[in-house]
Amino acid sequence: MAIIAFLVSAIKFGMVLLFGSTGETITEKAGHLNLGLPGVMCVGTAVGCAAEAFYFELAGGRAYMVYPLAILIPLIATLLGGALMGLIFSFFTVTLHANQNVTGLALTTFGIGISDFIIANVDDYKFTAGAKFFNMHLPFAKSLGWFGELFFSYGIMIYLSIAVAIVVAFVLKKTKVGLHLRAVGENPATADAAGINVTRYRYMATCIGCAIASLGGLVFIMDYLNGNWEYVIDAIGWLCVALVIFTTWKPVFGIFCSIVFGFFYVAAEYIPGIDLAAKELFKMLPYLVTIVVLVFTSIRNKKENQPPASLGLSYFREER
Amino acid sequence: MRDVKQTKDVPQTDAVVENVKRRHEPLIHITKRNQMSMLHAVLLRVGAIVCSVIVMALLILVLAKENPFTVLASMIEGVFGDPRRIWRLFSNTAILLCIALALTPAFKMKFWNCGGEGQILVGSLMAAALMFFIGDSIPLPILWILIFITSIVAGAVWGLIPAIFKAKWNTNETLFTLMMNYIALQLVTFFLKMFGNSQGNLDPMPQFAFPKIFNGSYFLNILVIALICVAMYIYLGYSKHGYEISVVGESERTAKYIGIRVPKVIIRTMLISGGLCGFVGMLLVANGSCSVTTTITGGQGFTAILVSWLGKFNPLYMILTSFLVIFLQQGTSYMGDIYRLDTSLADIFIGIVLLFIIGCEFFINYKVNFRKKASDVTAGKEAVH
Repeated sequence: MAIIAFLVSAIKFGMVLLFGSTGETITEKAGHLNLGLPGVMCVGTAVGCAAEAFYFELAGGRAYMVYPLAILIPLIATLLGGALMGLIFSFFTVTLHANQNVTGLALTTFGIGISDFIIANVDDYKFTAGAKFFNMHLPFAKSLGWFGELFFSYGIMIYLSIAVAIVVAFVLKKTKVGLHLRAVGENPATADAAGINVTRYRYMATCIGCAIASLGGLVFIMDYLNGNWEYVIDAIGWLCVALVIFTTWKPVFGIFCSIVFGFFYVAAEYIPGIDLAAKELFKMLPYLVTIVVLVFTSIRNKKENQPPASLGLSYFREER
Repeated sequence: MRDVKQTKDVPQTDAVVENVKRRHEPLIHITKRNQMSMLHAVLLRVGAIVCSVIVMALLILVLAKENPFTVLASMIEGVFGDPRRIWRLFSNTAILLCIALALTPAFKMKFWNCGGEGQILVGSLMAAALMFFIGDSIPLPILWILIFITSIVAGAVWGLIPAIFKAKWNTNETLFTLMMNYIALQLVTFFLKMFGNSQGNLDPMPQFAFPKIFNGSYFLNILVIALICVAMYIYLGYSKHGYEISVVGESERTAKYIGIRVPKVIIRTMLISGGLCGFVGMLLVANGSCSVTTTITGGQGFTAILVSWLGKFNPLYMILTSFLVIFLQQGTSYMGDIYRLDTSLADIFIGIVLLFIIGCEFFINYKVNFRKKASDVTAGKEAVH
């Protein structure tokens, strides 16, 4: 049954990454390369955990916390925290035309500081109490053997991540809003000439993207780590940035890709008979695979697999 | 221009024009500035730093409930308090400056080398590995020469790999170099787990360190990097290579048209960039901790991107910006120790200062024009009539 445990763990970790990459995909489709993602995820997650601790106080203890609220409150807080960071990023890059790489990196430093500060001032046990709600799965999962284990043994957030990826893919591909968003990311000047409000689309895409990405951090802490805070969310943020390339900017394909990433990431823990040092070499795999994908897509040069054409460039209407 | 035209209009239609204009002209209109006077630009930047200090003071008051003046004064104390701290300030500034210098040629070429971190790490790894494996069996000077060569080569190779793919297939270099950081990080972790002690650390090997000049390792860093800074200034501003780099950065098509071989420039520049990062890695090990850890770079590969950009890719300005960043780092960490503030405040403060400076660049490059009030316009017109 070790193989099932391995797959379950890989899928769980993969879905953490899926939130992050789906969020970043939305942002990048609008032409913004948000390297502040690690900072954004840190802040969103810390705010979510703080909200869970607040709810713990409000309810009057572990015993009084109830199901939907214990998930909804941190969920909404995380969305707001992430969106706020996205707002800062887009204010600098859209309104002030600042360089996106530089702003993103500054925002990462800033965000890591903020999240550390929040967590240092919140009692761990208060948000750890909420973890069981995130872990809660369907009651019949265990009775279905390996099948139940593999498909039904996850908390609600894991399914939510898949749902979000599908919805985002649909919106991007099939709706007018998605078409406009992609136009803004490919060629903002043309989009502007066609009457699309470039500024509004870029603001919205960045804020919504950051909000969704932040959920990845929340799931990582509350579900994957059972509510134990660990200072690795920024590394996960970078992994999400890498995953976006691996998915070639397609959220539904991202479901598969994120599981593959999760697979590589946890593989070292489950392969019997390898020592600690070799495990570290295994952890290189997600990054190596990303590079291979990056190189492969650029060599094949197929139109639909390319990054948005104006990715990373600020748009100033009066500049030719 | 527009005002001149309107004065030529027949007076009766003035009101109509005015009405239309008010309805369609946006409240705020942004134009690009041609050139801002040096003094004005400097004042704006100083203003941004003052603003960020005010925000910091407010944060100290609200979050830590301390007197912000004494806390901020302790920052100065922490940086300039005694000769050792001052030496460390300048040495750390030099190191950060050197990384920024390494990244600058790539940035000027619009090649976003976010891989400084990894290029430094492999340089450090090579230095530490040579010390560990063959340090005992060969004479010191030869060891130093070997370390010098291999560290630079390792860093250069780490920069070369993304450069080749960028030059040949236009592979996105930002993401490629970011990934290379993690591969370097895992290599170091692997090395430490394989050959380190039971805690996963490599015991320092001070017997192989570079010779100490004056008090400690600081002077060598400062001297060497000052030379590199001048050399880089000349290389970028007054050499054929420097010219080619800026042409490729401005427009690849122009570069092609005037006969510059773009792939060659990209690869050559990244070799320099990566090699110099590897050199810093060597300094951090052979003239520093004499060991390697996964945190040896302290995120400076990323910080240097900001330093380089804020210094407008000019090596001389970058001395100032790297000084500012190190001043903040050292000051806030001392402040945190003295007042038992949370260590995270240091990150927050640095982030705030950087964001303020990034934000103020906008006001240097662009001009914000507000829509003129109707009364102002008519007043102006009467004066003309």
